[in-house]
Amino acid sequence: MALDLKTKALKKSLSVFHLSTGSCNNCDIEILDCLTPRFDIERFGMTLAGSIKHADVLLVTGIVTVKNLSRIKVLYQQMPKPGFVVAIGGCACTGGIFRDGYQMAGPLDRVIPVDVYIPGCPPKPEAMIAGIVKLLEKIK
Amino acid sequence: MEILRIFSLFVMGFISFSIIGIMSGWLDRKITARLQWRVGPPWWQNFADFIKLTGKETVIPEGANQFLFLLAPVVGVFAVTVTGAILLSSVFFNPIRWDLFIFIYLLMIPSVVIFLAGSSSGNVLASIGAGRELRLLLSYELPFIIALLVPVIKSGSAQIQQILVYQLENGANIGYVSGTIAFIVALLAFQGKLGYVPFDVSEAETEIAAGTFIEYSGFPLALFKLMRWILLSVGISFLVIYFMAGFRNAVAGALKYVGILILIVLIKNTNPRLRTDQILKFSWGWLTMFGFVAVIFALMGY
Ligand code: SF4
Repeated sequence: MALDLKTKALKKSLSVFHLSTGSCNNCDIEILDCLTPRFDIERFGMTLAGSIKHADVLLVTGIVTVKNLSRIKVLYQQMPKPGFVVAIGGCACTGGIFRDGYQMAGPLDRVIPVDVYIPGCPPKPEAMIAGIVKLLEKIK
Repeated sequence: MEILRIFSLFVMGFISFSIIGIMSGWLDRKITARLQWRVGPPWWQNFADFIKLTGKETVIPEGANQFLFLLAPVVGVFAVTVTGAILLSSVFFNPIRWDLFIFIYLLMIPSVVIFLAGSSSGNVLASIGAGRELRLLLSYELPFIIALLVPVIKSGSAQIQQILVYQLENGANIGYVSGTIAFIVALLAFQGKLGYVPFDVSEAETEIAAGTFIEYSGFPLALFKLMRWILLSVGISFLVIYFMAGFRNAVAGALKYVGILILIVLIKNTNPRLRTDQILKFSWGWLTMFGFVAVIFALMGY
């Protein structure tokens, strides 16, 4: 029962930490769109966190670059569990248009476990919200 | 008996002020959202946040002073709860004669605790935040104390209960020129105590990534949030009792409370963050000057 309540509360109040690991910045702007009056995800209790220690969800945009590889791993380890990882944009999901780049260190799921993929270049805010709904269904 | 009474006061203070505080925190978020043309979170949002945080893992960073790191939030919640209990006992249930000074001391503890939290977490950004918090404390405390002198001068007593009785007989302090000025000064200083914009240098999210709280997660973070909420409700109630003749009439009291809360949220939403030196200049310059003006008016009887 107590555990049940905590999971329910978790579903209703996701704190999101936003990490850009070498994206073209377009995905990042689309993420910020979710916070604007038009979409306003604070309605569902989601807020952007300033520190990874406060976060439940790690949003990653962009390919994993060689330089950022170790940092992503550290950030993932620092996230207090239960925590989830969402890959946003074609770059984070597969490598996208940068997959043959010299800085490419593998798509995100080869580095850390990914819970939800939201493809698109960039994905629309609606698509991101749909992806988060999928994530909520996953949380048990 | 005495122990029992103190204990029940403590519990009552904790329950009432934490619930009022959590709801005030929600109102803050909701009004902010409405001001930005958003819908805002539902009313149970802060309860959900709190419960969620209690279920998360607590990460203690390697370089941290573990004892202080975990002690700080507990002391913080304890201090604000005691403040609330004292406030309750100085007004209701055959009042105890508490002096104003104990409030000045106790309302200072949250800032000190935040400083401790920042400096014990072994993070560079946190220690920057801790230093800023201390500078913030030094700057707003002076005008705050000067502003609190005005009702003392008017009623000739430093006891909260006497000040309240005086107001019930002679009209609220805020009705006088000196009282109005002192109230504005105290409100702005209280904004700094809360760590709200424009005085949020110590936890500037976009600049030093939550500053003093950067390493906190799980239950300690939940306690810190709770401390912030209780401080919000205790502080506003204190201002209502101190400047606006208290909660004698329940409806009017609630209106006063919400009015001050809305003022705080409006100030928070219409100002940019100040730099530390600007805060120091503002509070030791303008605020202190106006505080002295209010004291002079009070001495002249206005
Ligand atoms: S997915 Fe497209 S929009 Fe997003 S970072 Fe990659 S290239 Fe940019």
